[in-house]
Amino acid sequence: MTDRVATPSAAPLPPGFERPGRSRGLVDVFGQRYLLRLIVRKELRVRYQASFLGLAWSYVKPGVQFVVFFFVMGNFLGMRGMLPPFAVYLFSGIVIINLFSEILGNATRSVVANGALVNKIYLPRQMFPVSSVLVALVHFVPQLVVLLIGALVAGWRPGPVELAAALLAVMIVLCLALGLGLAFGAINVAYRDIENIVDLILMVAIWFSPVLYPIATVRDTFGADSVLMRIYENNPLTIAVELFHRAFWWPAADAAAREGAIVDHVMNRGLVALAVCAVLLVIGDRVFRKLSRNFAQEL
Amino acid sequence: MADSATIIVDDLTKTFRLKHVHSLKEMASRAVRGRQAEVDEFTALDSIDLRVAEGETLALLGFNGSGKSTLLKCISGVLTPDRGTVGVRGRLAGLIEVGAGFHPDLTGRENVFLNGAILGMTEKQITARFDEIVAFSEIEKFIDTEVKFYSSGMFLRLAFSVAVHTDPEVFLVDEILAVGDEPFQEKCITRIKELRDEGRTLVIVSHQLDMVEKLCRRAVLLEHGRMVADGPTSDVVRQMRGE
Repeated sequence: MTDRVATPSAAPLPPGFERPGRSRGLVDVFGQRYLLRLIVRKELRVRYQASFLGLAWSYVKPGVQFVVFFFVMGNFLGMRGMLPPFAVYLFSGIVIINLFSEILGNATRSVVANGALVNKIYLPRQMFPVSSVLVALVHFVPQLVVLLIGALVAGWRPGPVELAAALLAVMIVLCLALGLGLAFGAINVAYRDIENIVDLILMVAIWFSPVLYPIATVRDTFGADSVLMRIYENNPLTIAVELFHRAFWWPAADAAAREGAIVDHVMNRGLVALAVCAVLLVIGDRVFRKLSRNFAQEL
Repeated sequence: MADSATIIVDDLTKTFRLKHVHSLKEMASRAVRGRQAEVDEFTALDSIDLRVAEGETLALLGFNGSGKSTLLKCISGVLTPDRGTVGVRGRLAGLIEVGAGFHPDLTGRENVFLNGAILGMTEKQITARFDEIVAFSEIEKFIDTEVKFYSSGMFLRLAFSVAVHTDPEVFLVDEILAVGDEPFQEKCITRIKELRDEGRTLVIVSHQLDMVEKLCRRAVLLEHGRMVADGPTSDVVRQMRGE
């Protein structure tokens, strides 16, 4: 298999000639923004085809998710008193994790789902994972609006640090999810196991970052200096979630509740995480580019 | 010859592996029986050398499984060669299958734009040619209906119409001329002739030998992935028919 992947056509071509199907990676996608826009519009149209609520579903789903978690975590498990305003804490985490899940889940399936096209016509195949990102962002915006309104009601007032934290979190999630999504989407063409692995990752992701509980409980269990805690707090998703907490929950919380409630040096960690995720994105793009040579014959 | 060429194919070889993924279950049963993993390789194209000059109309002939479509897909970039080089000069449109980029849940209008963009047109170009595309397809009344409600003939007409109104220098056409009823087929062939007379390079795969003879001056015959003939279409067709 490797020999096939690594055989670039060696003979030089006369000037003016191009090798068809030679991909320059993600750059190609931005050369065809119009097509990208149409594909995103198609995805949205098709998803809400013949649906009465249409795009309103993107409010309903996270809304229900929030209500369920709010009652289970806040009332049944009594976490409500620990992190006032708990609703803002909970929802900010859910919103950012949802963004990650939607991008990764859809990007992983995107190449196989568009197999008919990949097989027949050459176009930059990165188009499909990238369109998953844009579709997810379309669903992310209304959730963010709901979060903003909730936070404002709870007494949140934004400052420059808050905006920077929110932006940083979104950037981390975009790079991480697209990087993984490109790699997984490409491998999924030959090994459909990946879809199931990604489903597992997504199922676990929400529990392995402090979305439904404060990070302090993890620290108490693992011990502040343990290896497990190091792993947990350096998970880029944990950092993204904590950045969202910093952005939306922290300013609205009482001074007493803030103490130790989110991971320390969250902004610095965020910058490091962003750098790491950017590298991951580059690697994901390379993997995708390499494997994309075989897409048409494996679909 | 090389300087007037539009498509260069050098020593092109393409092999397919017939079975890619062995599941855990299969691997286990093989381990138990102590049998080796069989690798089935299939050479679809074997050292093909081909030069297509600018403005030339070339027919790729051969029986099913001879590698015509694989060659076309290699030229269009859908498949990557295992060995050898493929080079194309100018913008290329591969009509490997009519309506490949169509989505049944979108309206005819939306599909025209989406498909046009997939085939490499800009928004401006599609908007400018939109009326022409619809007029050619003769389905004006249904252009804002979702494509899933189209009859298969209507669907193919619209798809073909989009395809022949893209504006590439090199056209790859795979068995798409058998579209619609007789009058529409006539229209398609007229359109293909127009493209030819405008000096575009065409590579056509078809089993309709009589039609190909009328359209193309030169033909290449493939047999089991090898090129066995290259010459004037009438000669190659005769050879193919065993005359």
